[in-house]
Amino acid sequence: MDEINWHSFFFLLFGLLACGFALGVVLSSNIVRMAFYLVLSLGATSGLFFLAGADFVGAMQLMIYVGGTLVLLIFGVMLTAKGPFISMTTSAGEWVLGAIVGGSLLAVLFSAATSVDAWQTAPGGVEKIETQVTATRLGMGLLGARVDKLEEKNPEQLAGMAGYLLPFEIVSVHLLVVLIGAAYLARPKKRAARGAATDLL
Amino acid sequence: MADYLQQFLPEHWQFLAYVAAALVHCVLLINVVAVGALIFIWLERKVSGRIQDRLGPTRVGGKFGWLQTLADGLKLITKEDLMPDGADGMLFRVAPYVSFCASFCGYLALPFADNWVGARLNVAVFFIVAVLGLEVFGVILAGYASASKWSLFGAMREAAQVVSYEVPLGMCVVVPVLIAGSMDLVTIGEMQAGWFVNWYVFHDPFTFITFWVYFTCATASVNRAPFDLAEAESELVAGFHTEYSGLRWSIFFMAEYGSMFAVSGLAAILFFGGWNGPIPLTHWLGLADSTHPILIYLGNLLGMFNFVGKCVFGVTFMMWVRWTLPRLRIDQVMTTCLKYCTPIAAAMFLGATVWTYFIPGGLIIKNNYGSVREGWLLEAQPELVPDEVPAVASNSK
Repeated sequence: MDEINWHSFFFLLFGLLACGFALGVVLSSNIVRMAFYLVLSLGATSGLFFLAGADFVGAMQLMIYVGGTLVLLIFGVMLTAKGPFISMTTSAGEWVLGAIVGGSLLAVLFSAATSVDAWQTAPGGVEKIETQVTATRLGMGLLGARVDKLEEKNPEQLAGMAGYLLPFEIVSVHLLVVLIGAAYLARPKKRAARGAATDLL
Repeated sequence: MADYLQQFLPEHWQFLAYVAAALVHCVLLINVVAVGALIFIWLERKVSGRIQDRLGPTRVGGKFGWLQTLADGLKLITKEDLMPDGADGMLFRVAPYVSFCASFCGYLALPFADNWVGARLNVAVFFIVAVLGLEVFGVILAGYASASKWSLFGAMREAAQVVSYEVPLGMCVVVPVLIAGSMDLVTIGEMQAGWFVNWYVFHDPFTFITFWVYFTCATASVNRAPFDLAEAESELVAGFHTEYSGLRWSIFFMAEYGSMFAVSGLAAILFFGGWNGPIPLTHWLGLADSTHPILIYLGNLLGMFNFVGKCVFGVTFMMWVRWTLPRLRIDQVMTTCLKYCTPIAAAMFLGATVWTYFIPGGLIIKNNYGSVREGWLLEAQPELVPDEVPAVASNSK
């Protein structure tokens, strides 16, 4: 026990937490508990992102996935359930089907992970890598300027300086259309039905 | 600190130094939440008493009732820890801690003075907003697991309210970020150094209005009156914490007061210069520009008092609002958010963008302005920069 590698320690800790709670999602039969485990598992995954220095992706994970599960839990599960404490029973056929799908994905990922040679230690020993942790490049790329291309030495790869402005705009407009559509669908058709929606809250 | 502690430990046990250093940081931050709650609960009683023409606590611990919260805490610890028969035991027990953890995690990235911060994140603003939004998860779990309809109604209201108010809140937070050109809270705080006219709230008329929208949304997102529909005691008994008693109940309140302090701190840094006071005191004393470690420490200490003072003022302001305004109905809450806060925030965002484009330095000239912007982009390789980028970069100068 000369020196504990804190990075590995926290990597293992967060990894075990993520896997453990993911198992909890599979094995639990109560939907709300499942959602709770899912939130913890996704939270541990965001811990892994923070550990890797990807602060922006980690915060994104917290906001979108963890927060999104929350909304899913409330509006998808709790409002559609008929009784309190919904629990799901899984039939044997579903177990087999789930095991086949999950097992094949696990096999693919596992073989991919083991096919990398010496992925635990960097060649030439471990050295501290100084990285600039910033989301500026990401933002500039979305605004249409690929800042990372400035350091590109190969002139043939310099193409594509335009960045991702067009896809970004398309996605934004698409989201806006979806939001307006959702608001249109959810709007009360008759004036009489208006009270019903607010009564729930 | 870990390196310092290592000298005293025998070989093979030096990892304890890191554990101790980490523990010290955590305990310091937890104390901000816990002692903060202790003081704020006392303050809330005093403030509410004065507003209602009463005296508030006067007996426990001297003339002003200083130790009232401590006495309350002892009472809560000795109370029986009850749980309803039909409750989902695991979720019921774990819910207060979920709330508290979410509230506490925001403090990890909240700077108290220049570089006095748990973890200096490049995206600290985004992180704090994301984490504080998770506090509602504990409330929803509590409401669901209690197996009581009052609790469930409270939780559903809280969910609808918090999910709606995150939209204008996020838009308001973006405005100072846009002006500063950084999401790093330490940078944002440092860019407002100097006189109070450098504060972003006085940057332009749009930021001034944005602050009030932010404060309204922050009050709603930490579930404070007039937005405390989740615990509306006149209709829902006590809302989501109806079935809670004793220490678990008090943990919910620790989380609430912790969140109040955190959103006030975020407001203080984003709009009120954080640790940079109304007058540049640390600059006059030569503490901010010195290189001597003790002088820098003293400057930071002054800055921290300044910052905590602003936060306490923000929390007191929330109390003032709470005991002044009546509670809104749920449809009024939704109207406030969707018909007023969101459009105003969007308009202020656009206005601040246009203002920053045409008058980038604000009305008062600052020397350090725009130093963290994408200036490095031009220095790197100017001939490779596409046409639109120099326009952006030069405007920010």
